[in-house]
Amino acid sequence: MAATLGSSPSDLLSNLIPKSFKLKTKQQELLIRVSILCLVYILAFITRLFSVLRYESMIHEFDPYFNYRTTLYLTEKGFYDFWNWFDSESWYPTWPNHRWDPLPGSHGHGRHHLLGPPVPPVHRSHPGTALIAICPGYISRSVAGSYDNEGVAIFALLLTFYLFVKAVNTGSLAWSLASGIWFVGFQHVQSGEHMAAMGVFFLMQVFYLLDWVKYMLSDTKLFQAFLRITVGSAAGVGAVALGLGMASGYISPWTGRFYSLLDPTYAKDHIPIIASVSEHQPTAWSSFMFDFHILLFLFPAGLYFCFKRLSDATIFIVMYGLTSMYFAGVMVRSKGKTTTTGSTRGTSGSKASSRALPDQSQPFQKNGAIALLVCAFFLLSKYVTHCTWVTSEAYSSPSIVLAARGAHGNRVIFDDYREAYFWLRQNTPPDAKVMSWWDYGYQITAMGNRTVIVDNNTWNNTHIATVGRAMSSYEDEAYEIMRSLDVGYVLVVFGGVTGYSSDDINKFLWMVRIGGGIFPVIKEPDYLVNGEYRVDKGAAPKMLNCLMYKLSYYRFGELVTEYGKPPGYDRARGVEIGNKDVKLEYLEEAFTTSNWIVRIYKVKPPNNRW
Amino acid sequence: MGVLLIPRLTLTLTIISLFIFLSRSSSQEILINNAERRIDLSTHIVKVFLTLKFHPTNCVWINMYVELMSFFQVENIGTNAVSEILLAFPPTQADHLAFVEALATTGKRKKKTYVPLVVKPTELPDAPNETKYFSISLVNPLNSGDTTTLEVLYVFTHSLEPFPMEISQSESQLVYYRDSALILSPYHIKQQTTFIKTPTTKVESFTRLDPTNRAGTEMKYGPYEDQPPYSYSPIIVHCENNNPFAVVEELVREVEISHWGSIQITEHYKLVHAGARHKGIFSRVEYQSRPSFSGVSSFKHLLARLPPRVHSVYYRDEIGNISSSHLRTDSQKSDLEIEPRYPLFGGWKATFIIGYGVPLQDFLFESPDGRRYLNFTFGCPLAESVVDKLTIKVVLPEGSKDPSAAVTFPVEQHLETKYSYLDVVGRTVVVLEKKNVVPMHNTVFQVYYTFNPIFMLAEPLMLTSVFFLFFVACVAYLHIDLSIRKGF
Repeated sequence: MAATLGSSPSDLLSNLIPKSFKLKTKQQELLIRVSILCLVYILAFITRLFSVLRYESMIHEFDPYFNYRTTLYLTEKGFYDFWNWFDSESWYPTWPNHRWDPLPGSHGHGRHHLLGPPVPPVHRSHPGTALIAICPGYISRSVAGSYDNEGVAIFALLLTFYLFVKAVNTGSLAWSLASGIWFVGFQHVQSGEHMAAMGVFFLMQVFYLLDWVKYMLSDTKLFQAFLRITVGSAAGVGAVALGLGMASGYISPWTGRFYSLLDPTYAKDHIPIIASVSEHQPTAWSSFMFDFHILLFLFPAGLYFCFKRLSDATIFIVMYGLTSMYFAGVMVRSKGKTTTTGSTRGTSGSKASSRALPDQSQPFQKNGAIALLVCAFFLLSKYVTHCTWVTSEAYSSPSIVLAARGAHGNRVIFDDYREAYFWLRQNTPPDAKVMSWWDYGYQITAMGNRTVIVDNNTWNNTHIATVGRAMSSYEDEAYEIMRSLDVGYVLVVFGGVTGYSSDDINKFLWMVRIGGGIFPVIKEPDYLVNGEYRVDKGAAPKMLNCLMYKLSYYRFGELVTEYGKPPGYDRARGVEIGNKDVKLEYLEEAFTTSNWIVRIYKVKPPNNRW
Repeated sequence: MGVLLIPRLTLTLTIISLFIFLSRSSSQEILINNAERRIDLSTHIVKVFLTLKFHPTNCVWINMYVELMSFFQVENIGTNAVSEILLAFPPTQADHLAFVEALATTGKRKKKTYVPLVVKPTELPDAPNETKYFSISLVNPLNSGDTTTLEVLYVFTHSLEPFPMEISQSESQLVYYRDSALILSPYHIKQQTTFIKTPTTKVESFTRLDPTNRAGTEMKYGPYEDQPPYSYSPIIVHCENNNPFAVVEELVREVEISHWGSIQITEHYKLVHAGARHKGIFSRVEYQSRPSFSGVSSFKHLLARLPPRVHSVYYRDEIGNISSSHLRTDSQKSDLEIEPRYPLFGGWKATFIIGYGVPLQDFLFESPDGRRYLNFTFGCPLAESVVDKLTIKVVLPEGSKDPSAAVTFPVEQHLETKYSYLDVVGRTVVVLEKKNVVPMHNTVFQVYYTFNPIFMLAEPLMLTSVFFLFFVACVAYLHIDLSIRKGF
């Protein structure tokens, strides 16, 4: 059987394998498919281990520490307690009622294969699986140690789409049910952002109802009248329901993040807190190239082939590809989602082009095919080297441990964050409240095990603005705010000694803006000189005496940071600081890490009044 | 002099002991000719060397080490043979007593040999002021008129009380040491001297009881002549001590034996600086720029002495790896130099985990009766540290039977069961617990058990059979046609 039906690879195999082990074509295909998949899985897994080998098995970014903490709670206390969990360690004193945004799980690796099959219905796309497995855009969200929902979300997204396409292709109710209510929950009824999907759903119902009625009614006039009445009343009822839902608050309004997805400039003008997150910035072109490499060129090619063989499934893929491309352009954060489509398109692009050529009988057919294959091989190998390099250099360094090259080429590790968090954990009272900028909130609760005032779940803008206001006020005003919030310790991040640039002084502009957005006493021009934030002698007087400046530069004026420079030379900003004689009245230095990156101050108890 | 005094001393002693120790005949019959005590306060572990001497033919030395080392010479002046000597401690000291060791010396000068003696706590029914006793069993009973020399080392922990209780970063740490100038003893002591060695020459104050001398880092109390039993004269020494007061509040060492060739050890430390509490600010700029003045009582470096040929060493805590450590290995030992994440000031705490593996053949042996035994070091690998509560868990391989532990000093023991990967019945865990552990406890102990090597194959067999079944299922699935239609 195998001999008669077998294609060229099975002929090759039949020569290699003894007669008794000869496999059927179907079995050979299965074997090859399974082994390719296994290899791709192994590759995807191994390439994500760079971070563990370079550093250690630890959580990289700021946000996943919350996921880690919830997972820990879930595993320690069990499922029932988890649903009733009241997290008292964050957002003191205005705890959110419930926060279940993440139901964390393990990383989903290259499940692209699931999306592959339905698209070109016969040829499953193993190369696509391989491409996505090592694509940097996806790796940046799913390296070992990036314990985030995005790793799972992309998998869930793909699975939903796979089920959807499958449902469309087969027309089976089971598949459509599976795709429908799997991951989205009840969001599509309750949140304004998902209303559009809801609307489409209703439109479909109306359309099919009308279709059915048209089929039943033979008279065209009667149908026209019916059409007018139904559409009118359906639209009316829909509008009233939407209005009522909005008014009663059952349907949540659009959030700022959603607005900024539609209009990239929206956040900059209206919601500084969203604009302050680097992930929410529009993506630069170079980073598209950095993250997608050849996929960026294969994407249009894939689109072309999708249009060429148009079906329901390919239309879906085209839609998905184009919208995700747009969103990726608007927000860095969405880039991961594009990756999947990019690689799907890329795959079909490359594959189709490599298959297209031999089909047509042209002169130099064989040579042309070989040249094309060599080109494809060259491109793909370039892609692999690029991906490996990007993964190892750019996406495998944890933000919590900083590494630099020493004078002799040796690696110097700055582990100051954990030094400070561990100090908090061990040497402060267990009920101490720590005030810091919200970026460090999750880390302080997870690693320092202490209650924070604000954290990365930026649900309460006013509260964050209060912290921003405290940081940008004079010490005595800030002390009042801190007393009212029951703050025991203040934590600031300072890069002046090491030249670490994402420190609190560089984030200070957002503290002023967010604080000023709610509390008009904070006026941004007070901190600016010629429209610039400065820390040297030319800085604005309010800047030189605000709490953040004092806490960052307390006793920094005595320190010589760089040979040949005056004491108090800030290496992160490259200037000599303007106020070297910082005196603290209401706070005292409690701990400063070995490279000064994290500084913790204790809020003094109020003086006894006689 | 001793010879002349003996008759009179015998008389007085007999009278005293008749009144005080009617119940205890042995006490009256012993006379300490010469006692020399050397108290070493140079670290936070107080060692006393006590040497007790009896007359050349009638003596016992007792040598006491907080590093208290006393040197007793004990003489039997009674008529009965004496087989045990008593050491007495006031109750405040007894609570902090971590270790007592007694050696009998024989021979003279360079030919001296030491014989370790059995020391165990005893109770006396009429002990004055709740005095606690230890009895030293002599190898050869001391006949009337015999003498012997005993050297006793005993160690106190938590006996240096910081005063002032709280110091700032720039101050150095001062401590009180309280003791008695006269050795507390149920026996008459003819002549005694106490030397106290302080860590530095800076001594704030000390109680005088003439003759008292101080020179450099050493103080000399005595010699005092003819002190009756239970003489006591409290003294207090207030001196500087900036040595690291590293106290491990709790140490759990887990020793997991695998007969596949390795022993894996995991040690969980809860470390605290038990000296004067840190007060006020911690200034990094002071700490960095003036290391000799600022934070002198703090410590940053710790040394863990690990067995030779260790491998896979790690040093971490709850939030990840701690990058500041160095491992130096040679054929005799492995030194792991570690730094906590931050310098420890008084009252600051740090928890961390050290883990390492050692080759099985270095520590696991087979005894002549066919049982296997683990021969491992008790105590804490950190140099110069006190452990308040030490728990050693020896995890035996699955299938081990009849475990028993042999430790040279009293420890609490019980058994537990632990489940690890692919365990069915669980592993037997021998748990040894001891409070107040000092470096002198770093001696070997043994855990004996019987083990049938066939159990080693259990887990690989389980794994292979699971895979085998999986493949069989796959093959079956591919060959069986489950469709209802007739396939022709």
